[in-house]
Amino acid sequence: MTGAALAPEAPALAAARRRTPAAFAVAAISIAVIAVVASPIVLSGLASIKTAADAAAIPPHYLPRALSFENYAKVIRFQAGLATYVGNSSLVAAMTIAACLALAAPAGYGLARFTMRGREVAFLLLLAPIMIPYQAILTPLYLDFAKVGLVNTRFGLAIVHTILQLPFSIYLMRASFEAIPREIEEAAVMDGCSTWRRLTRIFLPLAVPGLVTVALFAFINSWNEFLAALILMNRDTSFTVPILLVSVRAGKFGAVDWGALQASVIISIIPCLAVYLALQRYYISGLLSGAVK
Amino acid sequence: MNRTQTSGQWRGWLYVAPALLFVALFVLIPFGQLAAMSMTDRSLLGGGRFIGLGNYVRIGNDAGFWRALLFTVKYTAVLTPILMILGFALALLTADNTLLKRLTRTIVFLPVVIGLSSSSLLWFWLFDEQVGLLNKLLVDLRVIAQPIVWFASADLAFWAVVISITWKVVGFGMVLFIAAIQSIDREILEAAVVDGAGYWRRAFFIIVPLSRRIILLATLVSAIGSMLAFDQFYIMTSGGPRGRTFTAVYWIYQNSFVSFRLGYGAALSIVLTLIILAFSTLQIGLTARSEAR
Repeated sequence: MTGAALAPEAPALAAARRRTPAAFAVAAISIAVIAVVASPIVLSGLASIKTAADAAAIPPHYLPRALSFENYAKVIRFQAGLATYVGNSSLVAAMTIAACLALAAPAGYGLARFTMRGREVAFLLLLAPIMIPYQAILTPLYLDFAKVGLVNTRFGLAIVHTILQLPFSIYLMRASFEAIPREIEEAAVMDGCSTWRRLTRIFLPLAVPGLVTVALFAFINSWNEFLAALILMNRDTSFTVPILLVSVRAGKFGAVDWGALQASVIISIIPCLAVYLALQRYYISGLLSGAVK
Repeated sequence: MNRTQTSGQWRGWLYVAPALLFVALFVLIPFGQLAAMSMTDRSLLGGGRFIGLGNYVRIGNDAGFWRALLFTVKYTAVLTPILMILGFALALLTADNTLLKRLTRTIVFLPVVIGLSSSSLLWFWLFDEQVGLLNKLLVDLRVIAQPIVWFASADLAFWAVVISITWKVVGFGMVLFIAAIQSIDREILEAAVVDGAGYWRRAFFIIVPLSRRIILLATLVSAIGSMLAFDQFYIMTSGGPRGRTFTAVYWIYQNSFVSFRLGYGAALSIVLTLIILAFSTLQIGLTARSEAR
């Protein structure tokens, strides 16, 4: 075998090896991997544009016999209507993004740029949601929310999603602010800028990649979160998209509407795929700094 | 560390305060409520009599909980090595930046960003004995004589979930491992080539040992996720057949939100939190160590 799969070789070395049988084997395996991983999504997409009868055919066919959007039409009209559910999910995600940015940016700034006694204790406290899984505290949160009328509200669910996302967001913002050279800040100190002006005029503009990453993860994790939505959003007008999926499967009379189910699966994954493909660089760098650094 | 020592301590705390307040209000206080609730016989209808450690004693005799916990441990013990080994293999396959390899990487990572509810319903359909295309494919390839009823057997249901989750999250480890591989000093690898070390020798004796910190972290993050598994089992197996695929979180959900035994569910949640705490302390410790390096 050659080292064709290794990055750290000199380009010339790699190029010279590119046409060996091993390199062809590597290419063939790559293509096979792509086929295996992509096919579930592709098949689901194809099933979603079958006619309802074709999608429920036993035995099934791989490809649609005829093109039809009746499955999508069904999902759009499902219960309170797709627009309601997508609206709920979008609003919850937007509030989660806003809360994560509003809480994590100042906290990251405070932790990165001020020497306070007990700073590391504060940092550990802020990581508490990692140590106390949110799955464990959903019961008290549900009861508290019920008392103040936050059950079945998008605001309430956004609070839970913010809990989930906050440790990562703060960790990332702290690292982003720490990476900014002190010389830049010292110039601002000379000019007599207040700490708040330094944050808004110097640090935030320089930390835009970090902010984008925080927003991106907040969006994807909020859009996809299932358990809290299942518990808190139990009225059919307050469902988010993941809960919609489960109720599409449950259907009206017990029989699964397979075509509508695959249409709703496709609808639920399109925003995630689009956002990921557009902002892939931020996603990967966030993943690395969150888990590795 | 290049922190500029600015102004008084209190300013730093001011920036950290909103996030601290949020965590106190929505994580620490609920956790306190959870601990208090775990010592009562509270149900959704009322109750709330103090019963000391009664609930914890009851856990000892709750065969259902132990079965669920054991099942969760088995799931974690089977899934984690699969994810790590396959993830590392994919990282070796795609670590350098040719067009085909970057494409492979992007495709393998796609399922990571979609929701667990979406992927679980997608695979629930693929595994279906009547309309499922996976069964059809296996029949067409003559691997099986007739469609398998995956969710009628606890073992097959277990493997169905493992397969779907492997598809869904293998890209996570892969991306971390690619970063590890790419950060290895190329001189070390070139020296090994000069010494006549073949590809697999370099992979096993240089790349894997030099990536061990990231492998350990990825293993921990992945194991914590598996120990908290809920969505995939709720959607694909509903805990069945005969309650044999309940996970720990699922058992807590059943007690708290289906049977409304809130006090008992709280005690179970505390036990789960302690188990997760052991993992997450290790994770945070490791993260902090690699940061200080």
